[in-house]
Order: sequence, then structure tokens, then C-alpha cells
Amino acid sequence: MSETMPFARALNAGLRAAMAADDHVLMMGEDIGRLGGVFRVTEGLQAEFGERRVLDTPLAESGIVGTAIGLAMAGFRPVCEIQFDGFVFPAFDQITTQLAKLTNRHEGAIQMPVVIRIPYGGHIGAVEHHQESPEAYFAHTPGLRVVSPSTPNDAYWMIQDAITSPDPVIFLEPKAKYWMKGEVDTAERAASLHASRVVRRGTDVTLVGHGAMVTTLLQAAALAEGEGTSCEVVDLRSLSPIDYGPVLDSVRRTGRMVYAQEAPGFASVGSEVAATVMEKAFFALEAPVLRVSGFDVPFPPAKLEGQFLPDADRILEAVDRALAY
Amino acid sequence: MTPPDDPALVRVLAADGTFAPTPEAEPYLPLIEALTDAELETFYRDMVVVRGFDRQATNLQRQGQLALWPPSFGQEAAQVGSARAARAQDHLFPSYREHVVCTIRGVDPVDIIRLMRGLTHGGWDPTDPKNGNAHIYTLVLGSHTLHAAGFGMGLVFDGKCGTGDPERDAAVMVYYGDGSSSQGDVHEAMVFAASYQTPQVFFLQNNHWAISVPVSTQSRVPLSRRGDGYGMPSLRLDGNDVLASYAVTKRALDEARAGAGPRAIEALTYRMGAHTTSDDPTKYRTSDEEQSWARRDPIARMRAYLEGRGASAAFFDGVDAEAAAYADDVRVRTNELGTIPAESMFAHVYSDPHPLVDEQRTWLAEYEASFEGGQA
Repeated sequence: MSETMPFARALNAGLRAAMAADDHVLMMGEDIGRLGGVFRVTEGLQAEFGERRVLDTPLAESGIVGTAIGLAMAGFRPVCEIQFDGFVFPAFDQITTQLAKLTNRHEGAIQMPVVIRIPYGGHIGAVEHHQESPEAYFAHTPGLRVVSPSTPNDAYWMIQDAITSPDPVIFLEPKAKYWMKGEVDTAERAASLHASRVVRRGTDVTLVGHGAMVTTLLQAAALAEGEGTSCEVVDLRSLSPIDYGPVLDSVRRTGRMVYAQEAPGFASVGSEVAATVMEKAFFALEAPVLRVSGFDVPFPPAKLEGQFLPDADRILEAVDRALAY
Repeated sequence: MTPPDDPALVRVLAADGTFAPTPEAEPYLPLIEALTDAELETFYRDMVVVRGFDRQATNLQRQGQLALWPPSFGQEAAQVGSARAARAQDHLFPSYREHVVCTIRGVDPVDIIRLMRGLTHGGWDPTDPKNGNAHIYTLVLGSHTLHAAGFGMGLVFDGKCGTGDPERDAAVMVYYGDGSSSQGDVHEAMVFAASYQTPQVFFLQNNHWAISVPVSTQSRVPLSRRGDGYGMPSLRLDGNDVLASYAVTKRALDEARAGAGPRAIEALTYRMGAHTTSDDPTKYRTSDEEQSWARRDPIARMRAYLEGRGASAAFFDGVDAEAAAYADDVRVRTNELGTIPAESMFAHVYSDPHPLVDEQRTWLAEYEASFEGGQA
């Protein structure tokens, strides 16, 4: 059964399905109940499931994650919404020193099935702290799983898979894509939560990225085709663990790879992928793996986001450099 | 610093062990009078036995057997009274100095030793009934107050409190200190607890020192008043009086369990020992101060009270012998603790398999095996 819907509504449908399937799944966050969340991702859920399952919490991110941990200890599966990427940091201690480590600290005696949903990334022209890409902090933290869907269908399925995971999942929602429409097949499951996926076939250069950048990579690949260059596009989907199979298969065929991400490039997910591809596919490479990233500066005032964020032209510039080797 | 003999505290036993309830203690006297001789003797035995264990553990650290030990010396009355006030179905979230609380609930003291010896980051399974719902230690101060609040929210949502059935209703008690009281997480925990009316007691042991920083740096007002600010009934007691600690906590837990919402308790006590075995209290506090608190020792106070009630010398000798045997047993079993295999570090990072962790586990095993004799 297939239906066209925007990304945010696909998430909403996935959350609703998860809540219907397990009465100990609960939502918690700021303004997610009566208002339905500032992006309306949880719209209607409080009316349907009640105030005890969709909590309009006090305005305190550490409190949201810290109490979610206690709720998980009591047998619940909390799904926390952090209102914007830049506001996750008050909860950073609870996420990294507690949530990520509690199963390990308990030597496996307890599980931590907590999902933390974070709208992330730029393209919406917002004020400071509302357009950031904090994924590397979490991918660097053992004990966390980190994923980012890039299509409505993945949003629908990956949120449900994240909620059934026994481990904590940082669920990064590319907020630029909330309004993007796509087909959602509610009958057939998408690829598994941690699988990467080839989204466009090509032969000359492998383009890899995650979140909102996948759309930009596809745009770049379409433009490159007009110039006679065939690009393969891989959507990483999962940033921890990383499924290298499709990436390495592709690079072994094309010999060239470009990674695109909104986050600053220094010590980034793209850096990790580049290093691993170099280690595992060295003899297949015809050119160094290149990264196209946000600059290593604070996310600039919104009027400059167009120059800060990688676009199809910057990706194509890297494609040209890769082909020039 | 608050005068420890302040009559505004709930105190039942004076420092010399005489039964001299303060006006604040009057409402609690029926709870004290209901205690049997056997229960009173248990309170005393708990304090003496765990002090012996605590001294043994300190010595084991000095002998190189432990990386670190945070002594509970001096805080026994606050911990025994509060822990004995909890019911079996209650959940207790300690900070990291609650050796008395945890052992009373059933935790094997050697499991605490294993944590401080570097064999585990936890030590025991709080879901195993033998551990009496005592949760593991938290070293990032105050973080666990939020976990306790969340657990309490779970009890509310599951209808496991406030039903009116005292055999079934459960509560949560979280222990923290005067230093932790400045942490933002403690404040957020109080906000969430008040908002969701968790069945919860915030039990603050004010031992007057956060390592080297006096409580006056943490707060210019009595810490119990913080609880009032969040809308929680807040109580202050003499934390070196086990009877006051028991009675105040019992009532607070009973009310919380019955659905009346969270409560805050500040127990004024004193850390007679160092912060940990790495600390040197002579650098920041005077021996006069330590001596003044030694005169308020919780064990001597209870012993004098029991002697006044006619407890026999044989009873006290028996407790001393029990404490010595308990400490000996800990020493013997500590010395028998082996090491842990390297592969154990990979074991519980995730509940589901994780390819990177699996790959590194395999790599380390092969690397170790590549050396002559199979060891790097």
C-alpha cells in the first residue's frame, strides 16, 4: 500500500504506528503535545493517545533525556524530541555519559531503548542554533546508534525501527526535507535501519552523503549526466554503525568518491568514511577521496547559508577534481 | 555552616544519646515509639557493620587492592535510617558513597569493591531481586536524580503508586549531597518531579564539604529551602540521629507512595573521613571542626541510647564480632578477585550486535593470539 506524503507526515505516521504497536512507547518534548511540535511532526498524537503518552515536558533538555533514561529503566520506550539541533547540548551530558553507557555500566543487565529525535541541518534561514549538524559528536560516542533518513519512506520505517531498537538511537531529521513529498509504502519495509543504499546507479564517480545532502547529490548527479559524467549516489542512512558494503562496492567500480555533508569537515562523518574507504579500497582508487563540507566556522548568519552549505555546484567542482587525477 | 544543634531540626536523640526530641520531632514520635527493640538493635548493627566494612575498604585501598575508596564514615545514621524506612518495592538511586544504603538493600559489599578496584563500571544488577532495587552508583554528580525522577514518572504512568495499597504502591528515593545540589540536573529533576508528582523522596546528605569546598559556597540558604521553592514539602533533620532519619524518611516515603507527590529531605551530617582515599582534608578543614563532629558520632549516640534502654554488653560485643567477621570476609573475597578478560570491554556496548565493535573484538583476539604464548 503506497501513499504520497510529506516527510514530516511520514514521520508522524511512523510514530503513530509505533505507539499503536506498544503501549509503553511514549513521546516527550517541548511543545509536542497540544501544538504538535514546532514542525508538527507529532501533530494529533496527544489527542489520539493522551497526555500520559505524549508529554509536553518542562523546558529543560537535560531533564527530558535524563527522565527518559529513568522511564526506560521502568520499562518504557521514550521518544524524545529536541526542538532544534543547537538545543541538544544541554542534554549532551545525559546522552554521552549516561544514556550511551548505561547498558555497558550495567554489564548488559538493562537496555536503553530511547530514541532522541533531532531536527538538524540548514536551508531554512533561521537564527543561530537552529541550523546545525551535530552528528559527529554522537557518531563518536560508543553506545549510541545514529541514523538519518533522507526520504519520506525511510522516515516512516526508520523511526519505527529506531523505536524497537534495544539501544539508544540518535534520530537526525533533515529539517529541510520535512516538506518534501514522496511515496511511502506502508506495507513493505524499507531497508534495515543501519543499511546504506545506492539511490542512483552510475559508473564514473561515487557520491556519498547523508540527510538533506542526498537530494543535493542527486541534483549534482543529474547535472553531471548532462555533461557526460555518470555518478553513482549512495545514501549512508546510518552514521553509526556505518554500512560500508554498498560504498566500497561502488568505489571499487568507479575508483572515485566524493562525500558531501553540511557539517564542518574537520573530524566529521565524511572524514571517517574517507579514511575507511582509503584503508579498504586503496588499490581501487584512481583519485583521493574528496570531501565537500560546511566550512570549519560556526554556522553563519542565515544570509550566508547559501555560501556555507554545499550545493550541487560545489559537489560538481569536487567531481571535476576527482576526474582530473 | 548551620549549627548542628539547631533546635529547628528534627532530632530525637541528643548528641549524648539521651531521648530529647526537639519540637520539630514531636509529630514523628509515634513512629519512633512503634519501633521494636529488635528494630532499634538492627539500626545499630547496620551502622557498626558497615562502618567496619568502610574501614576495611579504606585499608584495602591503602594496600593497593583498590584504585579508590570514598568513605561513608560519619554518615551511617542518615543512610541507615532512610534505607530502613524504605519498603521492599521501593527503588533507591544512590550517588557513590551510599555503601550503607546499598548493603542494607542486599548488595554484596564486594560488588562495590569490584567497582572501586577497576573490574567494572557498575557492580551489580538492580533488576536482580537480591539487590533490593538498589540502583548502581553514578559518578557524574546529580545525573541520577533525573533517572530517579523518570523512574518515578514511570511508576505514575503505570499506576504503581497512589492506589492506596501500601503493599503494592512503590516510591523512589534518590541520594545526593550538598555539592551535587548545585548541579543543574538536580534542579531539573525537582522540576520534573513536581510537575509529574512523582512518588519520590530527594534525600540530601549535607556532609558539609564537597571535597574541599564548604556548603556555604553551594548555598546561602538552608538547602532544604530549595525543595520548598519547587513546591515540595521539605524537611531538615539531624543526620547523625538514626531515629530522626528513619522517622522523617518513613513518613515522606509513605506520603509519596500514597500519591502525595515528591518530598525533599536534608540530613545534616558530616563526612568524618576524606572525600576519597585520594583526598587530604587537613588542607581545608580544622581538627577542631572534626572533633566537634566526632562528639556527635551517630554510632556512639545510638549506643548510649540503647544502653540507657538496657541493651546488654553481650549485644554490643556480638555486633562488634559480627562487624569484624563481615570486614574479614570482604578482605578475603577481595583478595580472591581475579582480573577480567580483555574481550569483556566489547561485551555490552550495545544490546544488539554492532559491526565495528565485533570487528575490533575479533581483531584484538587475533592480535593477542599472534604473540608467543598467546598474550601481548
